[in-house]
Amino acid sequence: MDIDYILQLEDISKYFGSVIALNGVTLRLKRGEVHCLLGDNGAGKSTLIKTLAGVHLPDKGEYLVDGRPVRFQSPREALDLGIATVYQDLALVPLMSVARNFFMGREPRRKLLGSFHVMDHELAAGTAIEKLAEMGIKVRDASQVVGTMSGGERQCLAIARAIHFGARVLILDEPTAALGVKQSVNVLKLINRARAKGISVIFITHNVNYAYPVGDTFTLLNRGKSLGTFAKSAVAKDEVLDMMAGGAEMKELMADLEGVSI
Amino acid sequence: MSAAGPPRGTNLAPRETAPRRKPHAWGEPTNDPHISNPAASAESPVVPPTDERVRDIGALRRFLSRPEFGSISGAVLVFIVFLLAAGDSGMFSAEGIVNWATVAAFLGIISVGAALLMIGGEFDLSIGSMIGFAGMMLAIPALYWGWPVWVACLFTFALCAALGAVNGYLVIRTGLPSFIVTLAFYFILRGLSLALSTMLTGKTILSNYEGVSLRDLVNGDYLSSTLFSGHVLTGVFNAMAGWGWIAARDGGEALAVGIPKVIVWWLLLTVIGGFVLARTRQGNWILAVGGDATAAKNTGVPVARVKISLFIVTALCAALFAVLQVADAGSAAADRGLQKEFEAIIAAVIGGCLLSGGYGSVVGASIGALIFGMVQIGIGYTSIDNNWYRVFLGAMLLAAVLFNTYIRKRVALGRR
Repeated sequence: MDIDYILQLEDISKYFGSVIALNGVTLRLKRGEVHCLLGDNGAGKSTLIKTLAGVHLPDKGEYLVDGRPVRFQSPREALDLGIATVYQDLALVPLMSVARNFFMGREPRRKLLGSFHVMDHELAAGTAIEKLAEMGIKVRDASQVVGTMSGGERQCLAIARAIHFGARVLILDEPTAALGVKQSVNVLKLINRARAKGISVIFITHNVNYAYPVGDTFTLLNRGKSLGTFAKSAVAKDEVLDMMAGGAEMKELMADLEGVSI
Repeated sequence: MSAAGPPRGTNLAPRETAPRRKPHAWGEPTNDPHISNPAASAESPVVPPTDERVRDIGALRRFLSRPEFGSISGAVLVFIVFLLAAGDSGMFSAEGIVNWATVAAFLGIISVGAALLMIGGEFDLSIGSMIGFAGMMLAIPALYWGWPVWVACLFTFALCAALGAVNGYLVIRTGLPSFIVTLAFYFILRGLSLALSTMLTGKTILSNYEGVSLRDLVNGDYLSSTLFSGHVLTGVFNAMAGWGWIAARDGGEALAVGIPKVIVWWLLLTVIGGFVLARTRQGNWILAVGGDATAAKNTGVPVARVKISLFIVTALCAALFAVLQVADAGSAAADRGLQKEFEAIIAAVIGGCLLSGGYGSVVGASIGALIFGMVQIGIGYTSIDNNWYRVFLGAMLLAAVLFNTYIRKRVALGRR
């Protein structure tokens, strides 16, 4: 087995009753690459992410981390191996401050008067600001409520948090889905920075225009099956688009429209 | 690459030991986190100390944005109103203050629990019924079964904690709104208090049995008399009476005996509750589960444990209310605590707690309870008809909710 892969799904299948959500999907993530997972709605992206994140156990096939087979019973176990998933809901609480959100569930503590364990708010605020600054996000006041931040900033906060807590593999579930162009570009920059830090990224999207600039490798998913994995050098943007579900229909539509004279 | 990142692979879940910030290389103390890490600025351009997108909201706005602001200003307003309307009536004499502070303290005790629970995103409508039930569960074993009062007290607290856990467990397991689950217990516990006391004693108000009075039992028991009955600072009050600062009886003792222990409990619980919420990991969990339970769960907050604990705390507050009330009144009655659940929730809302959870203040809720006490007793000192008390409460609740919503939109979430 090639040890260059940090994470491998080999011939994974997942069934929900009679529904075949994943059918023999293979996905191999190289250390330090950005691997784009492309597919239309219903292609099985969510099931694949949840399998990677330890939410689902695959019914068939093998899941390997660092070349060793794993069977995650809970997302916590995946997290403990450094596989962090940033879902679309971001797991942020809008009414809480940046610092409180950053350390939610993993609050730093210090001792007060030698006996009481209290949350170390200073450390939390300092670290949150520092880590966000590293990611290119300027937050001056860590007590600022997350609800006041833009969608892109929140996305970046969630990613920065995952990285801070030791993510080696970052699984980003459609991070640009709800964002405008400018904010999406910020997220793409962030993905670039993560890669520069040596973090491997699985970037789920259905937008080739966003995937192509940052991705090293592309895996296309359609109706529960993988259409293959392609290195950036081996495939052009238009080819990726063509292979995606809807690509053919899009061409048809364009042809139809071209035939129409206005 | 930054040297400040946690060593990957070795620091996957730094629960206890989040990486400390590095000491400043040049030894000059600074609070600015932007320049505390030279390595960080090597990668990213030097971050300017100000962000043009963050407005300086200033000290006043900061205070306005505190969840307690509404209740503090409300309390000041009510205080001034009664000072003007009943300033010379004795409401603000030592015994007058003790009088309304005691009423506030009883309510304050359950408001602390209700506020924490509400911030945690849940309600408990069974608080009031729990008070009646807990009182009976203390009085029946003590009077009829001959249990030592301290054992009966422990039994009451344990039983209420268990009931709180059942409430919480049902809410968590069924996913039903706590409104419905605790509404069921609102009826179950009230019915049980009446039915059990009738079945076991033939009465619904218990103060003595076979010549033994409940008051004597409570006062004769070391634990219950020390913790729950009587006053503190009696000597100080007598001294003040001696100096002529406060009214004295014929014998020279102060008219106000001292500070009732219920007030001490109230202040203690408020301080503990406020501290836990603001300063501890558990406080962060409470805010998180109330703000967004799914997000909290996904980041590793033990949501079920936090919520069930909050239900238990609320039930224990109700039990404490009941025990203090039994000690104070020398009797237990099955209809005690009527409507207290609503008053506690109103106090929490006045105190700045959002009905949807995730935001609020324990101290605010306590001040909300103080407003209650002042108004409920204060109206008696004025010429105003007592029935206006409820009208006032309703209006106060409405005003508080409107105010909280407005403030939250304007300040907390930065909208105008």
